[in-house]
Amino acid sequence: MLHLILFLIFGMVCVAGAINLLVQTHPINSALSLVVVMGALAAEFLLLGAEFVAAVQVIVYAGAVMVLFVFVIMLLNAGTEEHTNGSRVALRIGIPGMLIGSVLLAWVLLTRSGTHAVPAGALPGPPKTLGWLLFHDYLLPFEITSVLVLIAIMGAVVLTARAESPRKEN
Amino acid sequence: MVPLSYYLILGGILFACGVTGFLIKRNIITIFMCIELMLNGVNLTFVAFAAQWQALAGQVFVFFVMVVAAAETAVGLAIIIAVYRTRETLNVDLVNLLKL
Amino acid sequence: MLVSAVKIVLAMFVLLTAVAYTVWLERKVVGHIQNRWGPTRVGPFGLLQPLADGVKFIFKEDLTPPHVYKPLYIAAPMIALIFALTSISVIPVGNWVNVGGIQTPLQITDVNIGLLIILGVTSLGVYGVALAGWSSNSKYSLLGGLRASAQMVSYEIALGLSLVGVLILSGSFSLREIVQAQSGTYLGFIPRWNIFPQFIAFFIYLMAAYAETNRVPFDLPEAETELVAGYHTEYSSMKFAMFFMAEYANMITVACLASLLFLGGWAGPLFGPEILRDVLPLFWFGLRVFVFLFVYIWVRGTLPRFRYDQLMAFGWKFLLPLAIANLVITALIVALNS
Repeated sequence: MLHLILFLIFGMVCVAGAINLLVQTHPINSALSLVVVMGALAAEFLLLGAEFVAAVQVIVYAGAVMVLFVFVIMLLNAGTEEHTNGSRVALRIGIPGMLIGSVLLAWVLLTRSGTHAVPAGALPGPPKTLGWLLFHDYLLPFEITSVLVLIAIMGAVVLTARAESPRKEN
Repeated sequence: MVPLSYYLILGGILFACGVTGFLIKRNIITIFMCIELMLNGVNLTFVAFAAQWQALAGQVFVFFVMVVAAAETAVGLAIIIAVYRTRETLNVDLVNLLKL
Repeated sequence: MLVSAVKIVLAMFVLLTAVAYTVWLERKVVGHIQNRWGPTRVGPFGLLQPLADGVKFIFKEDLTPPHVYKPLYIAAPMIALIFALTSISVIPVGNWVNVGGIQTPLQITDVNIGLLIILGVTSLGVYGVALAGWSSNSKYSLLGGLRASAQMVSYEIALGLSLVGVLILSGSFSLREIVQAQSGTYLGFIPRWNIFPQFIAFFIYLMAAYAETNRVPFDLPEAETELVAGYHTEYSSMKFAMFFMAEYANMITVACLASLLFLGGWAGPLFGPEILRDVLPLFWFGLRVFVFLFVYIWVRGTLPRFRYDQLMAFGWKFLLPLAIANLVITALIVALNS
């Protein structure tokens, strides 16, 4: 019972944050709503027992990736959005379409999914077990993601490097 | 005891909000944030299924999704900064010329 | 449930008093280093000075400049303070005690991932600084906020990596278990504190902690002579007091964490009747935290500050490789021994 109540509270915070992200016109408000969504999702992960994943979600996703988003919004001085013709069309077709799609999906999942109930903390994911899996069964993807992060770092540095200004001849 | 389909529906709602935002928003940074929202919805689905099938591989995959999302954010934001420096705008509808 | 509520109230009270008296300690110690007295007039040895400061902050005019982005301007100090105060919830200060028949640990909650929670809360504390700088809508604040948050994010990595060596030696993220892994002695008389095998990690942690809490020698983003006042230029009265309290609460959290992870927690000679045996670990823990805070303040009074590019280069090009090297060596030694 408490599990259901906690799930519903954090679920509603997630959905409210997601809808706020769509409704807000200034990107900084959207970014902060996304941080709230990620925090509530970390709580949902904890309800499923994935403690290490919840901690990594807060440290990496909410605490580093979103800080990067907030930096870029502050640096580029992004202002509020204007509406164009394309966006009005997308609004009128997109939102009803998505609503119909989500209702259909929710109905299918509730009635025909064949899944059963999970208790609170269903699959404990302590760091030790996850570390064992990462370094034994999934060692190759782990090493490849390290190369991927290196490529991303180099790409980001190259893309934002300013061209060398020509030296003035005296 | 929460039925697993509730977690899947929550993940589905987040994904749908992400897709909706991707379609209706015009600011590049907000569109990128909707991509992150979609990835978060998918992460919830992974962890939920890991709990159902009692397979920790789901949580390991969430770990990889987060690393890839972080790398993609770094490169994507670098591209956005480069676009802003040349086009002076963050509105995707106005970035419509191949050559200035 | 009731026991947890009582512990939370007690911990908040102790933490806020500690924050106030850390300010007093800093003013006295920096004063003496600079060959002057520090506060002496309000109460004996100026001990009531924090009280007077609190009353002053409450009565000061709380000015909200018209050009700020109001929602975030008001929310930023609250964010900074909330995350600074949250990390006390997983910090243990002693063993299990028996109070009137109730067995309870001297810790609000003991979670398996206690250390990760503190790292997560520190990561989230960056938002207070960044949003304060941006919402103040002024050049000095924006530059100060960007610099401060970039510095905090950079040194978080060195901080986290320096702690992984300790984790390899202790085998758990739970703070209580890390302290228990430091019981016993080497060679019969040197206590098995993590500072002895992990001395490099301790120095990396020390320097990364100074940078995380924006303290000298890494306090360029809020130095008065450089950037007016950095990200809290446009703040007055209670909101400024919240930033102030958040900075000192972060200092105390970092000092507590150093005592738990490197200096053996609350280990110390226990003697006397039962009630004394329960209270003495608190005293030994407080002594370690006090020494750490004293070193913090001593460094503040002594060293000049880094320039911003020197600061960032130090964090990325020196501390981070050193932390990784420490991790590799620790892992090698542990693997070869077992």
